[in-house]
Amino acid sequence: MTTVGNTEANVKSAALATAIPGNRASEAALQSTPQARARGYWTTVGRRLLRDKVSITCAFILFLIFASALIAPWLHLADPYQGSMIRRLRHIGTPGYPLGSDELGRDMLARLIYGGRLSLVVGISPVIFAFCAGSSLGLIAGYVGGRINTAIMRAVDVFYAFPSVLLAIAISGALGAGIVNSIVSLTIVFLPQITRVAESVTTGVRNRDFVEAARASGAGPFTIMRVHILGNVLGPIFVYATGLISVSMILAAGLSFLGLGTKPPEPEWGLMLNTLRTAIYINPWVAALPGAMIFAVSICFNLLSDGMRSAMDIRN
Amino acid sequence: MAIATPLTDSLKPIEDRGGAAQPLLQVTGLRKHFPVRGGLFTARKTVCAVDDVSFTVIKGETVGIVGESGCGKSTTARLLMHLMNRDAGEIIYDGMQVGPALSVRELRRAMQMVFQDSYASLNPRLTVEDSIAFGPKVHGMVDASARNLARELLGKVGLRPEIFANRYPHEISGGQRQRVNIARALALSPRLVILDEAVSALDKSVEAQVLNLLADLKREFGLTYLFISHDLNVVRYISDRVLVMYLGEVVELGPVEQVWEAPAHPYTRALLGAMPSSDPDRRTETPPISGDPPNPIDLPPGCRFHTRCPFAEPLCAKANPKLHALDRMGHQAACYMAIPGSGHSRAPTSV
Repeated sequence: MTTVGNTEANVKSAALATAIPGNRASEAALQSTPQARARGYWTTVGRRLLRDKVSITCAFILFLIFASALIAPWLHLADPYQGSMIRRLRHIGTPGYPLGSDELGRDMLARLIYGGRLSLVVGISPVIFAFCAGSSLGLIAGYVGGRINTAIMRAVDVFYAFPSVLLAIAISGALGAGIVNSIVSLTIVFLPQITRVAESVTTGVRNRDFVEAARASGAGPFTIMRVHILGNVLGPIFVYATGLISVSMILAAGLSFLGLGTKPPEPEWGLMLNTLRTAIYINPWVAALPGAMIFAVSICFNLLSDGMRSAMDIRN
Repeated sequence: MAIATPLTDSLKPIEDRGGAAQPLLQVTGLRKHFPVRGGLFTARKTVCAVDDVSFTVIKGETVGIVGESGCGKSTTARLLMHLMNRDAGEIIYDGMQVGPALSVRELRRAMQMVFQDSYASLNPRLTVEDSIAFGPKVHGMVDASARNLARELLGKVGLRPEIFANRYPHEISGGQRQRVNIARALALSPRLVILDEAVSALDKSVEAQVLNLLADLKREFGLTYLFISHDLNVVRYISDRVLVMYLGEVVELGPVEQVWEAPAHPYTRALLGAMPSSDPDRRTETPPISGDPPNPIDLPPGCRFHTRCPFAEPLCAKANPKLHALDRMGHQAACYMAIPGSGHSRAPTSV
């Protein structure tokens, strides 16, 4: 044991070494509940997010929109497909039509709530698919590096040659109109973006010393990926993907607007915006409602993504 | 071996093979050149990060490696840990050549490394305990024993496990983080620990505590250190022998007292002269060295130091001097002024 103890550190370590005679003390330490128990990373992030008023408001608005879309059949709404030729383009606040009626006399409130079902699915699912595929590709490219990185990233760069709206329209046009096809085309549009973010984050983490230290401990690439890379990489990619949902909503609405997504008479925000545009001089407030929904959802996702980004930046 | 871990059933201690006379580490002709991509019409060039470096580390001693930034100290450490592939050279650990006789995985248990940046070298998402327990778990220790070991090692490095085990790296100070890094390195019960600028980023009082801790741990676990630093005072304090590196080459090596008392290479003299003295009567009046090190891509022919050396003669620009023994204590220098009959006007005429 230590014989010299000039500095405080020496004394301390010597005292500790005598205070903890091997295994029994460590077992005691395992059982005792530590007073300074640190919270997990995600718990801390959650708490910080809860303190952010903007994020909470956005989450609440999104929750309302999602919940109403989900339980629409039980809300005693008017039939979203039932039109009336004599009650077309009613103003907001007309008795029986709280949000007015559209160009075929269908109840706008019902159509907006039912429209949320399709719009949200078409807006969010491409981002989820692109998140799964893009993160995997980016992780592989970033971790393996070298030629595989070059192959994946240059292939991804090809998609960057086209503006994303144009690419979505081109793929949708080639595949034909329909919900599934527009989800596929939007997935292809977002895949390169998420892959690129995933690759750059992974490359950054991979070059940190703790990955070197893990290699120096004799760990294999899969263990390092699982224990050291994933946890540090998924957060930033997730934040980026959340920000993409707003873009995806708008692109999906745009495809429907152009007739490449949902077909009438299905209620969908983008399609509604398209069919109501002829009425913009007659009843502008009603015509703007689907656009307002798209705006509300995308800005909420954007602000939520910003809130998560700052909540996850724990070092500051 | 004197590895004081009570969990002997888990990780097999690394036994001594060659005996006390066998050096723990023998490095011969270690070389690493990094290719630098040239332009479209220019040829590919190389940076000579480490060039023909040879040295031995005796069991139980501390070898210091000094030199200015970019001289290849850290590259040497990473080559030894096999974190990058070497271009040439042989690494023999306790009489076993790495590759044929000893696998890299086994070597990485026997040899561990502490990095300079205490924050970057700990995973921010893992608790201190998880970080330390990771290595043993990789080598097949069960989770509960690895955690026990981690807590025990925390105690050994002066951190109370009940307070620190569940903390995250951002919740503890730089000195405490470096103690955690040391505990992590010790978790595999290595015999050789490479300390790559391990105390350089700490403030002076904490640095002193960590140095004392290192000295205690060395005694307790029978460790051998390879101590890389640019801080000459620290190297003198902790090392038995020292290696001076310049542009990827060893220019002088020997017992720390001999090198400090009678530096034979002008670069070593300049390094020692650059140390600020605390004695006003021994104030440094003239700049000990002028200019920047030459670009490692376009190395000067001959002695790599001759562009900055005050004693350079035409001879020095022709061929690179080899390391030459100065005494029987193992003091060597690569300078024509130290080689008798080399042709340099300041060279000794007889031994």
